[in-house]
Amino acid sequence: MSVTGIGAAVRRKEDRRFITGTGHYTDDINRPGQASIYFIRSPHAHAKIKKIDTHEAARMPGVAGVFTGEQFAQDKLGNLICGWTVLSKDGSPMKMAPHAALAAGKANHVGDAVAVVIADTLAQAKDAAEKVVVDYEPLPAVVDPAKAAAKGAPLIHESAPNNTIYNWHLGDADATNAALKNAKHVTTLEFINNRLVPNAMEPRAALAEYDAASGSLTLWNATQNPHVARLVIAAFVGMAPENKLRVIAPDVGGGFGSKIFIYPEEVVCLWAARKVGRPVKWTAERSESFITDAHGRDHVTKAQMAFDGEGKITGLKVHTTANLGAYMSTFSSAVPTFLYATLLSGQYEIPHIYCEVDAVYTNTVPVDAYRGAGRPEATFVVERLVEAGARELGVDPAVLRQKNFVKKFPYQTSVASLYDAGDYHASLAKALEIHDYKGFAKRKRESERNGKLRGIGFATYIEACGVAPSALVGQLGAGVGLWESAEVRVNPTGSVEVLTGCHQHGQGHETTFAQLVADRLGLSIDQVNVLHGDTDTVQFGMGTYGSRSGAVGMSAIVKALDKVEAKAKKIAAHLLEAAEGDIVFKDGKFTVAGTDKSAAWGEVALGAYVAHKFPTSEIEPGLKEGAFYDPTNFTFPAGCHICEVEIDPETGEATVVSWTAVDDFGTVINPMIVEGQVHGGVAQGVGQALLEHTVYDDKGQLVSGSYMDYAMPRADNLPSFHVDTTVTKCPSNPLGIKGCGEAGAIAAPAAVMNAITNALGTELIDMPATAPAIWAVLHKANKMPRAA
Amino acid sequence: MAAVSLTVNGKPVTADVDPRTLLVQLLREHLRLTGTHVGCDTSQCGACVVHVNGKATKSCTVLALQLEGANVLTIEGLAAADGPLHPMQEAFRENHGLQCGYCTPGMIMTAVDIVRRKGNDLDDHTIREELEGNICRCTGYHNIVKAIAAGARAMRGSGATSRAAE
Repeated sequence: MSVTGIGAAVRRKEDRRFITGTGHYTDDINRPGQASIYFIRSPHAHAKIKKIDTHEAARMPGVAGVFTGEQFAQDKLGNLICGWTVLSKDGSPMKMAPHAALAAGKANHVGDAVAVVIADTLAQAKDAAEKVVVDYEPLPAVVDPAKAAAKGAPLIHESAPNNTIYNWHLGDADATNAALKNAKHVTTLEFINNRLVPNAMEPRAALAEYDAASGSLTLWNATQNPHVARLVIAAFVGMAPENKLRVIAPDVGGGFGSKIFIYPEEVVCLWAARKVGRPVKWTAERSESFITDAHGRDHVTKAQMAFDGEGKITGLKVHTTANLGAYMSTFSSAVPTFLYATLLSGQYEIPHIYCEVDAVYTNTVPVDAYRGAGRPEATFVVERLVEAGARELGVDPAVLRQKNFVKKFPYQTSVASLYDAGDYHASLAKALEIHDYKGFAKRKRESERNGKLRGIGFATYIEACGVAPSALVGQLGAGVGLWESAEVRVNPTGSVEVLTGCHQHGQGHETTFAQLVADRLGLSIDQVNVLHGDTDTVQFGMGTYGSRSGAVGMSAIVKALDKVEAKAKKIAAHLLEAAEGDIVFKDGKFTVAGTDKSAAWGEVALGAYVAHKFPTSEIEPGLKEGAFYDPTNFTFPAGCHICEVEIDPETGEATVVSWTAVDDFGTVINPMIVEGQVHGGVAQGVGQALLEHTVYDDKGQLVSGSYMDYAMPRADNLPSFHVDTTVTKCPSNPLGIKGCGEAGAIAAPAAVMNAITNALGTELIDMPATAPAIWAVLHKANKMPRAA
Repeated sequence: MAAVSLTVNGKPVTADVDPRTLLVQLLREHLRLTGTHVGCDTSQCGACVVHVNGKATKSCTVLALQLEGANVLTIEGLAAADGPLHPMQEAFRENHGLQCGYCTPGMIMTAVDIVRRKGNDLDDHTIREELEGNICRCTGYHNIVKAIAAGARAMRGSGATSRAAE
C-alpha cells in the first residue's frame, strides 16, 4: 500500500474549503438580477382550493410575479413521476396519481404548494404572500396507513380506489404457510417502523436562470443526481429540451436519500425564472424541509418466523403496510418492495419466505428512500424476530444466529437475491470478542447494583448495494438503467481530470476517487482532480445513493483507466521504439521488458498530445477515455453490530453505553472515510430507535415540525463507537468493493431495540423508545423502583 | 432602512439594512461571507455560530442592528486566507471531523469558544455536553469529539485563540 493509494487513510482533499468557509452550496451562489421566490403552502392536510386572489399581492413592493397552480396547469407541463413501476399481485400497474409541481384544485398534504410569489427580496416575497388569499374548503384527512384503505376513508386520488397504490407480494405463500403450520415454534411480532424526517443539514435549495438569447435554462440544485433531475425535468415535465437545460449540483450539504428525488420546487423555480425573466432562488427554511422533503420508513408490519426443534429457521411470513404519503415520490414504489422484501432472508438460510406489501396514499408528506431505504426495515423485521425467537427458545441469540447463517456462497435466497460472498461467522466472532460479550453478565450485575437495567442486542444485517444491474432492475420495473459512467482525461503534463456521474455530498469522492487513479497511474493525489455534479461537464450519470459510488462509480473509473493505459502503452511503444507487447506499465513508468529503456508517465502524456512520434492514422492524438460500467449483480455488504444500553428505571431514559460494529465492505479504499460512514449511519439508526419521532395529529398536521419538536441525535445522545472490519471481496466488480454508506443505519435500529427489549424483558415497545415510552412499559410491568 | 457599523473579521463595515435583518443575513447577503450557514431557523443546530466580541453566538438569532460597534469573527476570519489554518480547523481535517461540511463552520467556531471557556484539556463527556447546541447529521459526532479534543490541545501555546477576543 502506498501512502495515498488504495487502503490508505488519506486526509480529504475537499476539506480545506469546508473548514475555511469557502465551499459553494446552492444558497451561496447568486446571479445578477436574482429574485427570491416564496411558496404559499396548504395549511390543511386535505382541502379543495376554491379560489386564490392574488391582486393585492401583485401590487406589493418589489413583487415580480404571483402565480398559482391554475396558471401552472395552463402551461400544460407534465407531472412529477415515480420512475419505478411496481405491479400488484393481479398484474395491474401501481396507481400513480397525478402530481403537479403546484397543486391546482386540491391540496393533499400540509405543505403542498398552491401558489408562489417572486420578489426582489425574500422579505418582500413573504410580505406579499401575506396578501394572497386562498379560499380552502377543508376535507376529511387520512393519516394512519393502517386506516388508509379502510372502507369509508377519505379518498385522496380518484385514480387510486381505497387509497391503495399496489398490493404486491414476493415468495411462495403456500410453502411458507406450510412451514408455519409444521413449525415447532413460531415467533410473532407486530411493529411500526417509525416515520423519519431525513434532515440533511443543508436545506434543499434551487436557483434557476433563463437565458433568453439561447433559450437555455440553468438550475443550481442541492441534488444527489443532477443528470436524472435534468432527464425528468426535460423528458417528463417538458420544461425544456435536455440540451437546453443544464443542472449543476454544487457542494451539497448531506442528502441521505432526500436529495435524490425530483421535487416541485426546482420545477417551479425554472418555470418562474422564464416567466419573470430573472434568476429565481429558493432555499427551504427548516420548517419547509419538514413538510416537503420526502420522509423515510413508515411501515406497519406483522411478521412470523417459524423454527424447527433444532432452532433452525424454517419459514418467514411478513405483511407490511407502507405509507407512501400524498404523492408517489421519484423512487418511492421500489423502497418497500424490491429494496425490502428481497433482503428478508437476512444472513440466514430460510427455505420459505412470503412477503405481502400494501402501499397506500395518506394526507402526509411523500415517503421515499432514506439512508438504507427498505433494507433497515427488512433488517428490523428479521433481526427482531431472530432475537425474540432466541429468547423464547431459551437460546443464546449469538448461537441461534450462527446455527442459521448462510455458510456456502453463492447462496440463492428464497426472495430472489443471490448472495455472492461473505463470512458471517467471522464478523460475528470478531464483534463478540471486541465487545467482550462474555463480560456482559458481569456488567449487567454492576448496572443493577447502581439501580440500572442493562441490555445487549445484536444486528447481523445484510444489505444489497451497488445499485444496480440495469437489465435486472429493468425487469423489476425501473424506468432507468443503473450503470455509472466515468471519463479519465489526461492532460499533456500528465495530471488528470476524472469525470464521474456520481455526486458527493459528504462521502469524500474527491479523495477516494483520486486515490484510485493516483494509485493506478503512479501519480500523487494532488495531480488528480475529480469533477462531478454538472451536466455540462459530465456526459451522464446516475448519481449517488444506495452505497453505489464505490462499487459502480469506481468500477467505471477502472474501466476507463484500463482504456487509458492500453492507449498509453501503444504510444509508449512508439516513443521507446519497442513492440507494444513488450511495454510494462508500473509505478508511473513505461518500461520495455528486459531492458532499461523507459518513459515516465508525463513523457507519454505529453507525447500523446504532441503527436510527433506515432502514426496518427493508426493512433488518434490525445489521451482521454470514457467508460460505462453496468454491474452484473448487487453487492452484499454484511456485518454484526452489538449495542449495549443502560436504562434508568426512574426516568425511563436509555443510554447507549457501548457500540461495536464489525462490517464486511469488501475492499476498503480509505478506512478513515469508511469508518466515518459507519459512525454517521449508526447515529441515524440510534436516532430512529431512541429519539426521532414524526408525529402527525389525526387532522394531518405535522406536530413535530422543527428541531424544537423533532429530536435530532446530538453529541450527548451517542457514545464513541468501536468500528472494525472483516473482508471478503465482492466477486462481481473489479475492485472487490461492496459499499459502506448505509450499513450503520441498517444495523442500528434493530441492535438498539434488541438491547432495549433485552433490558426490559418484554418485546412490546416500538421505536422510538423514548424515556416516556420506556417508563410506561416499566410502569405497566410494575418494574419501577420501590419508593425509598 | 437603518445603518449599522461594526467590525467583521478585523475590517470596519457599515451597512444600511432593513431593521429586521439578522446578523447571518448581513454576513451572507450583504458581505457575501457565505461560510456561516443557516440550518434550522430555531437556534437549535448551530450552523450559524460566529463570535461576537469573542463569544460564540448564533447569528440567526441576533438582529444586525443590535451589533453597533461589535467585533464579529466568522469562519472566514479564523485564519488568514494566505496563512496556516487555525489549529482547530487543522484538527477537524486531520480527524475527519466533517463530511458534507455544512455544519462545520459552526462546529469549529463553537469548538474554539469551548476551549476559551473550558481550557485545553477536554474530556469526551465535556465536549459532548458542550456540543448540545450544534447538530451534525453526517458524522455521528465521534470524529468531531476527537477533533475538538485534539484541536484544544494543539491550541495550547500556539497563540491561536479567537482573534476577535484579542
